Amino acid sequence: MVDVNKLEFGIETFGDIVANEDGSLKTAAESIRQIVHEGELADKLGINVIGVGEHHRPDYSVSSPETVLAAIAPVTKQIKLATAVTVLSSDDPVRVYERFATLDGLSNGRAQVMLGRGSFTESFPLFGYDLTDYDDLFNEKLELFDLLRKEDAVTWSGKFRAELKNQEVYPKTEKELETYIGIGGSPESIIRAAKFGYKVIIAIIGGQAERFKPYIELYRRAAQRNDMPTYPVAVHSHGFIADDKDEAVEVAFKNIKANFDRIGLTRGWAPMSREQFDNETKVGSFYVGDPETVAQRIAHTIDQLDLGRFDLVYGAGNQTAAQRERMIELYATKVIPRVKEILANKEASK
Amino acid sequence: MQFKKIGIIGAGKVGIVLAGLALQAGYEVRISGSGSVKKIDLTIDTLVPGAIATENADLIANSDLIILAIPLSRYKNIAPKLLKNKLVIDAMNYWWETDGNREEVLSPDSTSSEQVQNYFKDSTIVKTFNHMGYHNLQDEAKPQGAPNRKSLFVTGDNPQAVDQVAEFVNTMGFDPVVHYHLEDGIMTEPGSPLFGASLNATDLNDVIENFADTDFGKQIAAAKKK
Repeated sequence: MVDVNKLEFGIETFGDIVANEDGSLKTAAESIRQIVHEGELADKLGINVIGVGEHHRPDYSVSSPETVLAAIAPVTKQIKLATAVTVLSSDDPVRVYERFATLDGLSNGRAQVMLGRGSFTESFPLFGYDLTDYDDLFNEKLELFDLLRKEDAVTWSGKFRAELKNQEVYPKTEKELETYIGIGGSPESIIRAAKFGYKVIIAIIGGQAERFKPYIELYRRAAQRNDMPTYPVAVHSHGFIADDKDEAVEVAFKNIKANFDRIGLTRGWAPMSREQFDNETKVGSFYVGDPETVAQRIAHTIDQLDLGRFDLVYGAGNQTAAQRERMIELYATKVIPRVKEILANKEASK
Repeated sequence: MQFKKIGIIGAGKVGIVLAGLALQAGYEVRISGSGSVKKIDLTIDTLVPGAIATENADLIANSDLIILAIPLSRYKNIAPKLLKNKLVIDAMNYWWETDGNREEVLSPDSTSSEQVQNYFKDSTIVKTFNHMGYHNLQDEAKPQGAPNRKSLFVTGDNPQAVDQVAEFVNTMGFDPVVHYHLEDGIMTEPGSPLFGASLNATDLNDVIENFADTDFGKQIAAAKKK
């Protein structure tokens, strides 16, 4: 049963390049500063989490999300500062721990690390890793990170990194680092997260969200089998909100399609059709429209999957600062309260 | 021949979706992962209850139709003699997240399914289920005659086998569009306008008829000339 009072709502961005009103593009540097501004706005409006992705490509401005989050930390009070995700496979777990423990100190314990395998290739050759080791890298590094997170001296050895002998790693945090594992829906990933006893956030980027119901059951059963705790599951999906429904749909179609097609070019998938987009918007995983439409759809997903948190990915493609900020305002002031209202009414009538 | 027992090798995203569709269609379904049954039993029992989690040898011995739904880089982990005289659907594609570097997995001069057929010399390979996203396969399966039912390309060098698989595809919830040359599978590989697209039979046939004029078609033609 969904506990409306404990529900969390987040926004996430991959650091897409922001557009000027005339359609020209801002620089990556300007786009990064825009995120800091948006973090401040989201915090003031009471959004619970801001997540920033890590990419190493020209179309995204952020390759070092903790640095952006460190800038958001002193200008905000309550919002949690998350990555979405940190590509652990091509990173050093010791460095990841150190950076997040530092961010946690800067933000009074608001750092949240989200670990994932990444869905782009760029970071592998960039940091000298072989794609062939995609699975092994993540397994091994997660194992080490899990030891580090306990904040005791670590003794560990593996294939991809120098061994550690009774090694302390600093700084120590005031509580412990809140950690999620970001997963894309392979059963193996869910079971792995459950075995480590971590919170999970599922990236649902296409299709009906309901199809993940059995996957969440799998998370619970795998945790039970391994005597590990479980937590309410979080979901991350794309969306766009505007005052007017038709405007929202047109802006989202243009931008999400451009984004999807550009990535598709390198992966070999076909361009997004209008039918595909409309399906995703109606019953799939794009949360697009006026506040009421989006609230209804988010409430439905939270209810169906019994979620504890919902993160909306914003700013996909090249949106203007005004579009991005208006969306954050509508999400915070109209959508979130309405989602809670819908769910509370639903619980009351059960 | 009417199939009754379907064996799916691969318990990942695609294998699980296909197992679910096959159960829905009333088949007896076996599914195997890369290791012991214990590694997948919880997954199968939770995600596709009713399917039988097993290992390759048992699955192959007890199925009329085998589907390969493993990462392309791993098909050589299965000994060709295991699949001798079997009818096998190749649902695989090259995909970097699971396969690593392309040149280590595929030779550049033929389609992935032709390479799979060359390896499993004594099996009959039919290519299908490879070009639609796995969640679209799950969401779009519809009964025959449903409006805007989506379509899957089915091709292979053995016409009788292709026709049998086409009928199977129909029972799984999709209109088959049939070709009789395994190499035509190129039209559904990554890079093609059909890869990742969910189209009805009319639209799918449209793309196929005009394939030579697509950017991907031109690339393929240019590569062949060389």
